[in-house]
Amino acid sequence: MRVTVIDYKAGNLTSVLKVLRHLGAEPEVTDADLAPVEAAERLVLPGVGHFAATERLDATGLTAAIRAAIARGVPFLGICVGMQWLYAGSSEAPEQRGLGHFAESCTRFAESTEKVPHVGWNSLEVRKGSRLLAGVEPGEYVYFTHSFKGPVTNDTAAITHYIEPFAAAVERGNVMGVQFHPEKSSATGLKILRNFLSWNAEGAE
Amino acid sequence: MITKRIIACLDVHGGRVVKGVQFVDLVDAGDPATQAARHAREGADEIVLLDITATHEGRQTLLDTVRRTARELFVPFCVGGGIRTADDAAQVFEAGADKVSVNSAALADPTLIDAIGRSFGAQAVVVAIDARRDPDAADPVRDAQVFVQGGRKPTGRRVVEWAREAEARGAGEILLTSMDSDGTRAGFDCELTAAVSESVGIPVIASGGAGTVGHFVDVFARGKADAALAASIFHFGVSSARSLKEELAKAGVSVRLPC
Repeated sequence: MRVTVIDYKAGNLTSVLKVLRHLGAEPEVTDADLAPVEAAERLVLPGVGHFAATERLDATGLTAAIRAAIARGVPFLGICVGMQWLYAGSSEAPEQRGLGHFAESCTRFAESTEKVPHVGWNSLEVRKGSRLLAGVEPGEYVYFTHSFKGPVTNDTAAITHYIEPFAAAVERGNVMGVQFHPEKSSATGLKILRNFLSWNAEGAE
Repeated sequence: MITKRIIACLDVHGGRVVKGVQFVDLVDAGDPATQAARHAREGADEIVLLDITATHEGRQTLLDTVRRTARELFVPFCVGGGIRTADDAAQVFEAGADKVSVNSAALADPTLIDAIGRSFGAQAVVVAIDARRDPDAADPVRDAQVFVQGGRKPTGRRVVEWAREAEARGAGEILLTSMDSDGTRAGFDCELTAAVSESVGIPVIASGGAGTVGHFVDVFARGKADAALAASIFHFGVSSARSLKEELAKAGVSVRLPC
């Protein structure tokens, strides 16, 4: 199965490509060429680093191509900053717009005595009906490393608690995002990625 | 709830895992890829691979080792040793590392931290600090001296101020090794760990001195560590990260279980 991975020069893609190959997918990478996105069967937007880096998606025309692919029903998975980009924006780079698929914006964790970034393995409260997180049991852990996060809304697929409850995963139809790193989350992460790879429109309720 | 991480550390020399006390009497302890996979399978939350004799000539060997180790590893993977430039770091990331740990090179040129963080994100930069308490300092703990070259060469830098500078430059985590405790199996230096952990807003990984499960309980409670490095503990009675974490859970430490 072909999976189109979008490279916007934020961090490195090795881990994501490696795990997709491990799961039997054939990842292809595009960093400016729109044709692979226009022909995509499945899209992954990884991303570690700064929200401002998503500016490249606008500059290359990838934003519009991704929006069209999503409208066509192509399954989309955003990871970490790739998930945050699905929202209207992030206070990390207020001048940079996100895709706006989800109307809210991402914000930094509130000041507290806890460490920021939130680094390490934390648990998921999976909401009923999530297809991306199907089979993830209470008490399973995934690996996070981030300072900004999305709010809990009706589109939240899983909640994690750190300083405050936040959206560990977001999901509406074919558009999915995870704040954690499934490629680094051992067996639980592999299960979630398998769910994404097997996602199809027919499975929709 | 966020859990305390147990990080398995592999010391690597010439492409092989080695065991030894303070860099002497090295004994071959297997293939890094095999060992890393075993630790991940047995519950380690993260793997650190340290090239303890990093030389310019050994770079290619290290990159091959990182590539082979990363191939089937689906937990966070940090690589340290001999990373002197942002280009060195880029090669290690390309080979499959998620984080790099920098030590001597960052002390020689602190802007290395900024440079790697800019390209790969703060989460990818671990600043390793080797420190020894300084009995002559006003505060022997907070002013513990920072050493380089495997603890042989003092730098004049003080542990808390250096950790703060590393954070300000964009380090994502601090890997703190107590030179006083390292190799003793008498416990982590909890005062040193707490002094650093309470002075920075980023996670601190404690290293040096673990001999018993109780030492880990202690460094998470008193030492305020966010994670702890486990190396020789696995050679002395504790069979795996999983059994270590099961004992920690019984003692009330929040850990990733089952794993």
